[in-house]
Amino acid sequence: MKKHIDQGKNDTRSGFGAGLAELGRTNPNVVALCADLIGSLKMDKFIEENPERFFQIGIAEANMMCIAAGLTIGGKIPFTGTFAAFSTGRVYDQIRQSIAYSGKNVKICASHAGVTLGEDGATHQILEDIGLMKMLPGMVVINPCDYNQTKAATIAIADYDGPVYLRFGRPKVANFTPVDQKFEIGKAVQLTEGTDVTIVATGHLVWEALQAAEQLEADGIRAEVINIHTIKPLDDAAILKSVAKTGCIVTAEEHNFLGGLGESIARVLALNTPTPQEFIATNDTFGESGTPAQLMDKYGLNDKAIVAAVKKVMKRQ
Amino acid sequence: MSITQLEKQVTQVRRDIVRMVHKVSSGHPGGSLGCAEFLVSLYGEVLKKDAKNFTIDGKGEDLFFLSNGHISPVFYSVLARNGYFPVSELNTFRLLNSRLQGHPTTHDGLEGVRIASGSLGQGMSVAIGASLAKKLNGEDTTIYSLHGDGELQEGQNWEAIMYAAGNNIDNYIATIDYNKKQIDGATDTVLPLGDLRAKFEAFGWIVLDIEKGNDIDAILKGLALAKSKLGNGKPVCILLHTEMGNGVDFMMGTHAWHGKAPNDEQLKSALAQNPETLGDY
Repeated sequence: MKKHIDQGKNDTRSGFGAGLAELGRTNPNVVALCADLIGSLKMDKFIEENPERFFQIGIAEANMMCIAAGLTIGGKIPFTGTFAAFSTGRVYDQIRQSIAYSGKNVKICASHAGVTLGEDGATHQILEDIGLMKMLPGMVVINPCDYNQTKAATIAIADYDGPVYLRFGRPKVANFTPVDQKFEIGKAVQLTEGTDVTIVATGHLVWEALQAAEQLEADGIRAEVINIHTIKPLDDAAILKSVAKTGCIVTAEEHNFLGGLGESIARVLALNTPTPQEFIATNDTFGESGTPAQLMDKYGLNDKAIVAAVKKVMKRQ
Repeated sequence: MSITQLEKQVTQVRRDIVRMVHKVSSGHPGGSLGCAEFLVSLYGEVLKKDAKNFTIDGKGEDLFFLSNGHISPVFYSVLARNGYFPVSELNTFRLLNSRLQGHPTTHDGLEGVRIASGSLGQGMSVAIGASLAKKLNGEDTTIYSLHGDGELQEGQNWEAIMYAAGNNIDNYIATIDYNKKQIDGATDTVLPLGDLRAKFEAFGWIVLDIEKGNDIDAILKGLALAKSKLGNGKPVCILLHTEMGNGVDFMMGTHAWHGKAPNDEQLKSALAQNPETLGDY
């Protein structure tokens, strides 16, 4: 099985900040907006280098989303920055009408998604944002897995004409994807080859899936791990190709099982080839305060939980 | 256009409004009629525009944003009468597969519309974004927007009002349709707006009143005065004192026609009060 090496822990939000800074140098149409969370979103470098293209909106996310929509009228490519909770639920109607329905080229960049936000607790730990965003017609939904991929995704979405939801997180996690990767929206990345089970993961759960695959290998189980960084549009073909070999699947995400990646995949399978599936996701619950590791463990979002789910799903074949 | 020509267009726009709403037995004639003189004046005499070559970006043009999207009948009529799309298309208002949706949208490529509106309170923020883009592009153009007075009950407006003043958005004129009425009754009974002038001024805006908001001469003078105040580091607000339902006697002096269509007899009466001037669609 192909080994993936952690090049050194880093946070995905810093990948976003690095990508945004690079866009500041290469694309004069890119502008950035923030609702009083510059440091948390790692937007400092872009602002330092392009002060005239940065708009501090203050604690007014609804205003920020619609100002971003307005900035597209005139050819700008706005990147909004705040926490995922305030990038989605708080401003759903603004995104729905002024961005999605109006077809505006806004990039909604959402940090601190999921329980790994940690100690701030459930008010800030949104586990429903993928569902909210994927339901909007025309919205692209991306949840990259590490620093390198988040940087690549940030750069890539500037070249896509249309609304995008880019989801990333707070904690320092393994950085294992290639530094020079080409990010293709909607294209799954196969990380290991296997014939016994397919593990499809997004965001922080991709590294956990790789750890699980190594442990499973010791038990003689060959897992095919697929990184789905783009939840919408979904790479149906990659999923169907893999389950044709393995016959069972585990999906893994830092999100409610309702509305998340797992549900999208269940639909693809139901329409094409009904397949036993287990869901690694939160179970219709809010989060709580704690360290990221404690929370991932308590809510069953780590390698240990994936290994158990694989053993369960293989028995259902 | 002369004031007489603009007045002729207003009469025709009123006919368009009541006929559109009557045909589908739905829509919002009250606020539409109240803003007919304003929009006819703005599009006929004030906006720097290129109706025949419409683009969303409107490079080099003044831009207008309708925040209170429910007064789409007057918006569509004025756009069509100014050459953005064929007048005959007004006949499709609110019908299946029409570009003239109940509330305006960019979704179907209708020329003249740059953002969807209908869910209230978003247009000022959008207009501010467009104002910022115009500044970044180094354009000497003006952004205009129109809002219902009841719409100011939406909190997002006050985020936008604070932002515009705090960030010197001085290429922007927001107009409030100050008819003091909303669906459920007088604004004073639904949720009092208080002293709007004092509120905008306290946030740092330049405010001017157009007391005769249904008088073309007063509107043109007010818009010229508002424009003369731009470029001084402050956004400008016009309180446009209008009469909901203006020009159709039984629709005036009440909030009842905010979102109600006339029946056949009422249509006949409304049309008799506004004889055809430029040709019905």
